[in-house]
Amino acid sequence: MSEHSFVRTEMLPEQAPPATSIGVIGWMRENLFSGWLNSTLTVLSILFIYYVLSGVIPWTFQSVWNAGSLTECREIMNATWGDTHHACWAVIKDRWLQLLYGFYPPYPAYPSATVSTPPPEGWLPSYFRPNLALILLFVALAPVLFGRVPRQLLVVTAAYPFLMPWLLWGGTLWVPVMTAVGFALLFGIAKYGQSTLGALGSIIAAAVVALVWWLFLSGPVAGLFADIIPIRLPVVESRAFGGFMLSILIGVVAIGISLPIGIVLALGRQSDLMIVKTLCVGFIEFIRGVPLITLLFVASVLLNYFMPPGTNFDIIMRVMIMVTLFASAYMAEVIRGGLAALPKGQYEGADSLGLNYWQAQRLIIMPQALKISIPGIVSTFIGVFKDTTLVSIIGLLDPIGLSQSIRANQEWNGIYWELFAFIALLFFICCFGMSRYSMWLERKLQTGHR
Amino acid sequence: MTTYTDPPKESFRLSMLLYDTRYRSMTIQIIALMGFMLLAAWLINNTIQNLAALGKPIQFGFFTDAAGYDINQHLLEYDNQDTHLRASFIGLINTLIVAAMGCVTATIIGVMVGVLRLSRNWLVAKIMTVYVEMFRNIPVLLWIVLSMAILIESLPMPSAFRGEDPAATMKIFDSVALTNRGFYVPEPLFSRSLGDIHLFGQSSLRMDVSLDFLAFLIVLGLSIFAARKVTARAEAIQNATGVRPTTWYINLGIIVIPTMILLIALGFHLGYPELKGFNFSGGIYMRNSLIALWLALSLYTAAFIAEIVRGGILAISHGQTEAAAALGLRQGRIMRLVVLPQALRVIVPPLISQYLNLTKNSSLAIAVGYFDITGTLGGVTMNQTGREMECMLFLMLIYLIISLLISGVMNLYNNRVKLVER
Repeated sequence: MSEHSFVRTEMLPEQAPPATSIGVIGWMRENLFSGWLNSTLTVLSILFIYYVLSGVIPWTFQSVWNAGSLTECREIMNATWGDTHHACWAVIKDRWLQLLYGFYPPYPAYPSATVSTPPPEGWLPSYFRPNLALILLFVALAPVLFGRVPRQLLVVTAAYPFLMPWLLWGGTLWVPVMTAVGFALLFGIAKYGQSTLGALGSIIAAAVVALVWWLFLSGPVAGLFADIIPIRLPVVESRAFGGFMLSILIGVVAIGISLPIGIVLALGRQSDLMIVKTLCVGFIEFIRGVPLITLLFVASVLLNYFMPPGTNFDIIMRVMIMVTLFASAYMAEVIRGGLAALPKGQYEGADSLGLNYWQAQRLIIMPQALKISIPGIVSTFIGVFKDTTLVSIIGLLDPIGLSQSIRANQEWNGIYWELFAFIALLFFICCFGMSRYSMWLERKLQTGHR
Repeated sequence: MTTYTDPPKESFRLSMLLYDTRYRSMTIQIIALMGFMLLAAWLINNTIQNLAALGKPIQFGFFTDAAGYDINQHLLEYDNQDTHLRASFIGLINTLIVAAMGCVTATIIGVMVGVLRLSRNWLVAKIMTVYVEMFRNIPVLLWIVLSMAILIESLPMPSAFRGEDPAATMKIFDSVALTNRGFYVPEPLFSRSLGDIHLFGQSSLRMDVSLDFLAFLIVLGLSIFAARKVTARAEAIQNATGVRPTTWYINLGIIVIPTMILLIALGFHLGYPELKGFNFSGGIYMRNSLIALWLALSLYTAAFIAEIVRGGILAISHGQTEAAAALGLRQGRIMRLVVLPQALRVIVPPLISQYLNLTKNSSLAIAVGYFDITGTLGGVTMNQTGREMECMLFLMLIYLIISLLISGVMNLYNNRVKLVER
């Protein structure tokens, strides 16, 4: 045996990995400079980012906030920096109330008063009403959106559909309260009348009683209460609505109502009942086949023709109806996708448990189908919210409609980046927020199997 | 001993309509149908009453009256003495033009962005993410109006091109003029032209089709057909012998040479826009409304297409690529033979519905004054004649037909590429 041994008997101590493959350098080598093509792309990207930022950042931050018109803005810029390549945020400062609330009167009882010249008895500009409606919206949504929020807040959710119109339009509190009483009657009789009237009888009775209440009784009763306990807000006409408030209003109404209608339409489209199915398919395909703008034209010029002669309800209501119908058709298709994606075994399992159609839908099918379609539902929401800008084409003053009138104004003629950047930012925050929420919800509801 | 008696005779009772599942569906359907018909009858009745009260019963006769308004961008010849039907037709053509242009550019941008978003280069992927999120989360109408504002405010007037030392110059070898009224680009001209053929006589749908253009398309089509034959032959030889003959130069020659000969024979040359007086003449004039709409729709839709493409590529499992590599296929062939056919099955249906969305969004042309079908039929014609009902019916019908055509194409494709499953 040779005495020389070339086999190492003990382990070498662990060495640190090469400096080029760990830490910042390693990451950069991996992700930015892994080859000549990648390196070229990185350099080009850096140049591009530099080019964009070097234009945008000085423009945004070296800006004029105090000026009465674009000309004045440019004079200030020339005096300060020697060129006019700077943002003139003065237009936002001048018009932000308008962009947010349209022509919502700050003091409805005093038409000539403005925010800067409040009337002598002026208490608080009425902008608190849309603001409060928005805050309450979040409170009402919280228990629906997040599981950790106390369930008691669902009371706000139930009250919100009646509270919101009252806050925005004003009038006496008793009208929405009496409308809500109608719903209470409807559900109360349908639920507790079953023992005496039977399942079908109670539903019919509930519908009849509620209709009679709404059509004949709620108005006089509300008037009576209004005389005894006058709780009222000054009335604001629909045509004063505008700005971002209008977008949110139309968006929230359309989103809120389109989900249940969409579910019903999707169920109709999936059902075995031939006539119901045909009606649902016809409606969905018709709405999806035409652009929203034609439906808005229908709202603005035709919808009054469809009503009995003499009726005339206001344009915002008509637009809300059309946008809701539009959203429902898209929602129905998204939910139908979810229904179709469920394995057939789920339907058969529900049947084998002896559940009837509605029980099966409520307990087995819908929870899963809706979970599958969350991304689609939220992207429909985002789409509807973005599409509310189309109302500017039929003359409503949403932010885009207002931007056109501001740009047509002599003082701000020629301004565009600042205005559109502001509007775009508002929309971006809302839409981006919604899409992030849907991602979070998807992760939360993930139950392991796809 | 048990005795079997007949089961009790069933007699039909009225309550069975509701409580017997055999009849219940029928009851529900009949009630639904009656409800629908009542609603429809009520709406129609109201409409007829209202229209009669206004003294304008539904008639389509106004379509043959003179339109009396000008359309600033038209491919086919049109003047304001033409009929409303002709104006609508011109509008429809304009819709189709901007939709087709938008679909092409949106696909190109979208595919590029979608692929780059998957890039291993972190910076590039992030830039593309920013692009996608920015365009997806801001309304398309805002992009359209903003593009229009940028074009109007930032580009020079045509008069800025005048004089010895002009403030603005034409781009790309003096061939393209970008002005705040629109873009002027060179137009193809033929000095030995074959002329036009006039279709549909003097009717509202009349159109002139350039024979030169037609001939060019026919020759190009034939060349491509021949080139595909050559490729198929090469394929057959490869299958038989294992050696693939080189074909790219033959194919190139087959496609390029006949079209070149045709173009030379027809005397093809470009007509450049020239400054005459205060404005440009010659060349193709694309109004800024068209450009703004095209740009905004393309960029907006491209963001959605990028997501579709990215999703489609991610949907192909890595095992497919590895298996193809294990078979010895090269990178390009893996893409062409294994990944793309599978990814396309995922990509194409939502892609086509994006095309449909783009076409429907092109109706926002009315916001920038581009005369598409909504601007002519649903805009000026409706306002001039006061025939809201007829115009809206016709407008919706046209959009429905376009939508049904596009979704028909989609269904054909889906059936063709559908996986045959158990």
